[in-house]
Amino acid sequence: MKISEIKELLSADVLCGEEMLEEDFCSAFGSDMMSDVLAFVNDQAVLLTGLCNLQVVRTANMMDMRCIVFVRAKKPTDDIVELAKESGIAVLATDKTMYVSCGILYSNGLRNEAVNN
Amino acid sequence: MSEPIRFHFDVDGDNFSSAGEASVQVKRMLRQIGIPAEVIRRVSVAMYEGEINMVIHADGGNADVVVEPGKIIIILADRGPGIADIELAMTEGYSTAPENVRSLGFGAGMGLPNMKRYTDDMKIESVVGEGTTVTMTVLF
Ligand SMILES: Nc1ncnc2c1ncn2[C@@H]1O[C@H](COP(=O)(O)OP(=O)(O)O)[C@@H](O)[C@H]1O
Ligand SMILES: [Mg+2]
Repeated sequence: MKISEIKELLSADVLCGEEMLEEDFCSAFGSDMMSDVLAFVNDQAVLLTGLCNLQVVRTANMMDMRCIVFVRAKKPTDDIVELAKESGIAVLATDKTMYVSCGILYSNGLRNEAVNN
Repeated sequence: MSEPIRFHFDVDGDNFSSAGEASVQVKRMLRQIGIPAEVIRRVSVAMYEGEINMVIHADGGNADVVVEPGKIIIILADRGPGIADIELAMTEGYSTAPENVRSLGFGAGMGLPNMKRYTDDMKIESVVGEGTTVTMTVLF
């Protein structure tokens, strides 16, 4: 699924990474706990989270993820967006909740295949 | 690359917003010297968990990374409270992190198990009231 489709499906704003909109990813992971991201992410490129701090970006960077979707109307501050830009990570923000966002993306084909548990 | 390459960082314990910066820098530097991506992932995730632990449990410390041919060693040393029961601390899900740390996205008790899983060797030396040193080795 392309970032541009994620943007459409979630009515999301793109806060950085406009140039990455046509990049295509096949799996995603959702969590507010960064420890879970570090434990369970394998090759998922998209992170959905309701947590909003700099560690979200650093955690995504550690796991080589390419796109962060902030859910339930979290507004990432400028320093968060700036760090994502530096790290080559696209940032989207949606008003939808975690459950709804994951459900929409999953049912449109963005799965979770790569999880190793 | 016969001489070991060394990186050193002071990890600030007073400021959560900078937690993880050292690991991000190590990741960037390992990329620059051409370490394989999979190795970088293992080193940087293990170091990141350990760096976050130093910030949330031990008020900061020192991080050293030594790159040798076929081997990267990460040494995280702090003068925090120490760990009384290391085996218990290694249990998945065990955490003494307070609620405020959980609301920052950490404190699920997965850090030490993750560090062990991502590295080939991990040694914890800890003295209650004096501090903790975690030494991790990744082979490639
Ligand atoms: N550097 C440290 N200094 C003191 N205690 C530590 C340190 N690292 C880990 N611990 C202890 O070990 C427990 C488990 O650590 P970890 O698996 O990383 O989980 P978490 O950080 O989520 O609590 C911590 O809750 C803490 O009690
Ligand atoms: Mg931890």
